[in-house]
Amino acid sequence: MNIFVIMKRTFDTEEKIVIENGKISEEGVEFIINPYDEYAIEEAIQLRDDHGGEVTVVSIGSEEVEKELRTALAMGADKAVLINNEELDESDQYTTTALLAAYFEDKEYDIILGGNVSNDNSTGQIGPRLAEKMGIPYVTTITKLDIDGSTATIERDVEGDVEIVEAQLPLLVTAQQGLNEPRYPSLPGIMKAKKKPLEEIDYDELDIDEDEIGAKTETLERYLPPKKEAGKVLEGEVDNQVQELVKLLRQEAKVI
Amino acid sequence: MAKKVLVIAESRENELRNVSFEAIAAGKEIAAGGEVIAAIAGENVSALTDSLFHYGADRVIKAENEKLSTYTSDGYGQVFLQIINSIEPDAILFPHTSMGKDVAPKLASKLDAGLISDATAIELDGEDIVFTRPIYSGKAFEKKKVKSGVILATIRPNNISALEKDESRSGEVFSEEVEIKDLRTIVKEVVRKSTSGVDLSEAKVIVAGGRGVKSEDGFEPLQELADVLGAAVGASRGACDADYCDYSLQIGQTGKVVTPDLYIACGISGAIQHLAGMSNSKVIVAINKDPEANIFNVADYGIVGDLFEVVPLLTQEFKKVLQTN
Ligand SMILES: Cc1cc2nc3c(=O)[nH]c(=O)nc-3n(C[C@H](O)[C@H](O)[C@H](O)COP(=O)(O)OP(=O)(O)OC[C@H]3O[C@@H](n4cnc5c(N)ncnc54)[C@H](O)[C@@H]3O)c2cc1C
Ligand SMILES: Cc1cc2nc3c(=O)[nH]c(=O)nc-3n(C[C@H](O)[C@H](O)[C@H](O)COP(=O)(O)OP(=O)(O)OC[C@H]3O[C@@H](n4cnc5c(N)ncnc54)[C@H](O)[C@@H]3O)c2cc1C
Repeated sequence: MNIFVIMKRTFDTEEKIVIENGKISEEGVEFIINPYDEYAIEEAIQLRDDHGGEVTVVSIGSEEVEKELRTALAMGADKAVLINNEELDESDQYTTTALLAAYFEDKEYDIILGGNVSNDNSTGQIGPRLAEKMGIPYVTTITKLDIDGSTATIERDVEGDVEIVEAQLPLLVTAQQGLNEPRYPSLPGIMKAKKKPLEEIDYDELDIDEDEIGAKTETLERYLPPKKEAGKVLEGEVDNQVQELVKLLRQEAKVI
Repeated sequence: MAKKVLVIAESRENELRNVSFEAIAAGKEIAAGGEVIAAIAGENVSALTDSLFHYGADRVIKAENEKLSTYTSDGYGQVFLQIINSIEPDAILFPHTSMGKDVAPKLASKLDAGLISDATAIELDGEDIVFTRPIYSGKAFEKKKVKSGVILATIRPNNISALEKDESRSGEVFSEEVEIKDLRTIVKEVVRKSTSGVDLSEAKVIVAGGRGVKSEDGFEPLQELADVLGAAVGASRGACDADYCDYSLQIGQTGKVVTPDLYIACGISGAIQHLAGMSNSKVIVAINKDPEANIFNVADYGIVGDLFEVVPLLTQEFKKVLQTN
């Protein structure tokens, strides 16, 4: 099976956000594989182990993404591809989709796995946009995946309910938490990863028309929410605290 | 300039979801005197069209077909595309729900259009329509616009107020004839797991439990409080990881981002990833036995104590005061 994972490098979830000159500062920030993409990588590896074939992890970003791609290889992926977009003037989900679609144009694939949403821009657009662009079906927020021949049987999370969905390969799916337990790279895995192929492509080597892939959206401003002040910790006997709280919620906060 | 705005409405268990009305209100703002057209698709949606007018729609399009009984991206995608092509709107708004998140990017891709996901506010700046949306799961916000062409956006529930209901409003309902073909994904079954009818992302009140609830049974007093308040139950990842509850309840950076009027955190320490998902709630109550717990730094009201003592008392007290009203 030809298995692909699309992966994004994002801020560690522990990071606080600092804005400098209207931009999100990356100074001193730890980066990770987008948490949902870890599920996608794990699932891809399991699929390969069960069905044979190869797992290729593809990421668009800067040189630095090599680190996260090596981590994916250390987990057990076979190949990695870095599409370097550092020279790009502007980009949004439209642009990223166009680049990914151009990359996949001459590839043979049975399944493409991604995360259901990124941890930073958090739009969740890339999966459905890409599948539509490539003309293949997609299933988002999946929590279970079984493949038998060319049929995939999938469980997906729909706001707490579970939908059981059937679809034919080639297919794109996006991972939801609960899909699996991503493995940690083992020491031998890390050693092996150093020798696995990691191909770097400049975005303009892809078959694209630069005038056609410009961003459709524009960010005008970024800001931090007003800092929440620590509030009132109630005092006295528990009974009184509870009565006081209910009163405050009704009369002061007026939310009940 | 007046604009023509298409609002995709959504129903759940034969009722319109509130976010449909919120999206209509957003549509009114964008239309700036132009027309707001609401579209609703499903197997049988005729009973729902009146409310769309009551909440501000100028025109309603309904698309009924047995193949629309459950959402599929292909089925609903075809219907919405057909409607879009026939009315040629300047802007299209979707609810930022499972359905909206799944279908809006597909249509944006099809239309080669810009899509702004998860908008929490809308303002007009001259000719520009400026959307506010959270980034980094609510740790920061950005203002964004679509540069040109048709504007697509998904509207986060609970942030933009619906218009006052006006039952005297009515209008013409158009029936869109749809032929649905080539469904490439087939929904075999839907297993209902959500405990109460209140959806987390739309809930006005959320009672959330963390590792402090200690077991699956430990969620029971929280559920009882939620029932009295008409609230939804949520959880920290700590509670999900410990198997006290389903992952679908998880709130935070890798779970749901919620903004209810009232968030009651019980036995949750307040890790940064959890705060990302809930700290933009209007009012936060923390119940935790550790006075140093970080959750108190974002709480409007805090009770230092054992949740198994405090939560049942709270339930009693609310029962008492809500009954006498
Ligand atoms: C010069 C420049 C300017 C930019 N300006 C903007 C801007 O104004 N607005 C904006 O939103 N973004 C901007 N970006 C970032 C980038 O275009 C988006 O982050 C990207 O489109 C992904 O969108 P998302 O984070 O919403 O992903 P989502 O749709 O939330 O991600 C879902 C899934 O798609 C896959 N995926 C996402 N991104 C990638 C990737 N890069 N490579 C491989 N797979 C991926 C992953 O599996 C991920 O889990 C800019 C980037 C550059 C280089
Ligand atoms: C990549 C990544 C993503 C993550 N995403 C999320 C996310 O989306 N959401 C999320 O929530 N977390 C997330 N986390 C996990 C997060 O870092 C914390 O581990 C988690 O939030 C802790 O859950 P908790 O507060 O329930 O548990 P704990 O930190 O163990 O806190 C339990 C609290 O309960 C209190 N307590 C115990 N007994 C009682 C009692 N009887 N009465 C009252 N109080 C009591 C304790 O004082 C303590 O404060 C993520 C972590 C990572 C690494």
